[in-house]
Amino acid sequence: MSESKTVTLNMGPHHPATHGVLRVVLELDGETIVNATPVIGYLHRGIEKICESRTYQQILPLTDRLDYSAASANNLGYCVAVEKLLGIEVPKRAQYLRVIMAEFARIMGHHLWLGTHALDIGAMTVIFYAFRDREMIMAMNEEIAGYRLTPSFIRIGGVAYEATDDFIAKVRKFVAWFPKALEGYHQLLTDNKIWTTRTMNIGKISAEEAINHGLTGPSLRGSGVAYDVRKAFPYSSYGDFDFKIPIGENGDVYDRYLVRMEEFKQSIAIIAQAIENLPSGPVMTDNPLVASPSQPEVQTDISALIRRFMVNAKGTPVPSGELYSAVEGAKGELGFYLVGDGSEQPYRLKIRSSCFYLASALPRLLVGHMVADAIAIIGSLDVVLGEIDR
Amino acid sequence: MTDLLIIPIIKMLVIFGVCLFFVAYTTWIERKALGHFQLRYGPMRVGYHGLLQPLADAVKNFFKEEVVPDNADRAVFLMAPVISISFAVMLLAVIPFGPAMTIFGKRIDLYLANPSIGILFILGLATIGSYGTILGGWSSGNKYGYMGGLRASAMIISYELSLAFAVLSIIMVTGSFSLVDMVAAQQHFWDWNIFREPVAFLVFMISGIAELNRTPFDMPEAESELCCGYNIEYSSMKFSLFFLAEYTHLFVFASLVTTLFLGGWHGPVLPGLVWFFVKTFAVIFVCIWIRATIPRLRYDKVMKLEWKFLLPVALANVIATGVVVALLG
Repeated sequence: MSESKTVTLNMGPHHPATHGVLRVVLELDGETIVNATPVIGYLHRGIEKICESRTYQQILPLTDRLDYSAASANNLGYCVAVEKLLGIEVPKRAQYLRVIMAEFARIMGHHLWLGTHALDIGAMTVIFYAFRDREMIMAMNEEIAGYRLTPSFIRIGGVAYEATDDFIAKVRKFVAWFPKALEGYHQLLTDNKIWTTRTMNIGKISAEEAINHGLTGPSLRGSGVAYDVRKAFPYSSYGDFDFKIPIGENGDVYDRYLVRMEEFKQSIAIIAQAIENLPSGPVMTDNPLVASPSQPEVQTDISALIRRFMVNAKGTPVPSGELYSAVEGAKGELGFYLVGDGSEQPYRLKIRSSCFYLASALPRLLVGHMVADAIAIIGSLDVVLGEIDR
Repeated sequence: MTDLLIIPIIKMLVIFGVCLFFVAYTTWIERKALGHFQLRYGPMRVGYHGLLQPLADAVKNFFKEEVVPDNADRAVFLMAPVISISFAVMLLAVIPFGPAMTIFGKRIDLYLANPSIGILFILGLATIGSYGTILGGWSSGNKYGYMGGLRASAMIISYELSLAFAVLSIIMVTGSFSLVDMVAAQQHFWDWNIFREPVAFLVFMISGIAELNRTPFDMPEAESELCCGYNIEYSSMKFSLFFLAEYTHLFVFASLVTTLFLGGWHGPVLPGLVWFFVKTFAVIFVCIWIRATIPRLRYDKVMKLEWKFLLPVALANVIATGVVVALLG
């Protein structure tokens, strides 16, 4: 008997299906994977370190660049953490607008996932349908925040601007349209025989193992664990809305796919409820340490002008203390561990990236499968390297 | 003299030129059709609706740098695209494009050659042409290319079988290996082999698409798995030749489907030549449609499909055809 030799295949960091710059070193026996090692760090920008020398407001645009495919959800997570440390309450209208933006971000993230996941498995058309609808959300982001991909709309203490009538009309239109689009995605993939053979029983992980690997978000729910930060620890008025947490049974690629497809539906339901029940009132807290005074006030009152300079140039002093606060990002639990030392800059900001844990489960999931399955599995975990490397 | 030398040379040049023109525009059609399937326009910039795009691509590729990787097997690496394209173009010689025409009082058949074993000629050359893919993948010294070549060889060995068996049942129905005879036997609409041999048609379509390495069987060049597979290290005109060979194969495959199953150039009202190209491009369009819609199968499932499903079906079809032909005499 001759001993079979394995081949080392370096997949990534520039590989069309590793979604950014993930590198996976595969050890192959024929086409079967016997060992897999994810290598990260190609997109490291030192965001956590930069945060230590920026004021709390200046950090906000950096959080957009974590999971850039669902930017508003990151804004929300960071703002909730800072507000908890500051001990300020956000007006109800702002909370609802935040929910709308965060759910739009989730839909945008899932659009990117759906398109690339299908493209990886070879269905090349889905991404264009997904991006047609993603474009509509981008247009709404532009309408309300002025930016498309990285809106930075959610600010500490509230949101940046009042919602325009155009925005509300566009949201209503999108809510009416989207179920039809979703039906289209389902028709292309869900019952397709090739799609199901490519995804069913691939990359299976049990509920217990998924928890032990620290998986969160749709990847955990695909294994049948109904853990969602929005339900478990409601923030930003998520308790007001009626929505379900979809879960899978087998924890394979197909179940993770179904969970995310159902999340599209739940997100759009949340947005529909939020836009119909949008409370009136201010969209920014009146806490003088956080809120910049209004333009007329600044032009007539010298102390308001000084306060604007203080808020914008010096920043907001945040009391000493540390806390961990998490929100449900598009990919899973997105946590911010914040240490304040009484100054305008955080002493330390540690970001708990859900994608990091997802990528760490890759060796467990890939071994025993074929190269083609590796692509499907990486796609189904939906890792975004901007969040892993930070 | 004229009959033996000049007319064949003119025909050769015309067929080569016209077919390569159509092949170039097949790429344009593919990009346009895919674009419209996917809510975009496809090429729009060069010429009216991108009509000059194939030319622009050719010019661009001529001026690209030739790159040969250090650890490539240089001779084989350079030879592979040549093998691919030359055998692909040779296939065009035996395809009957239309009925005989009379030009300047001379009867001109619209094919270059009519060997009595035309279909075997095509099957044989198509397989030799796939050596280009295999050698290209193996010689490029790249693991993705190597895997692409590996997959290509496995696929071609497998799918060649069911392809040949599908053709065999057509041969039994027609009683001839000549493509011209096959077209002649399908003069009336209900005589088309697609109605006589629907199973063979399906098997031929599926294994043909697999032989062409097109979605859902594009194993050797699975973009997202092997980042283009066998042609990963190819650049410049060498890549263009592979590309051209691939589309020539697509064109030949479509014209074979037309010839074997869809009545060749037969059709009402319009001249035969037009009918031939209408049918051929309809088949090409179906291939593009499939590419736009269906995900890719996994490599081992593709093998399973061939050995456990297509081959037995094709075999059973051949036996059934044999019985029927024998009974009807």
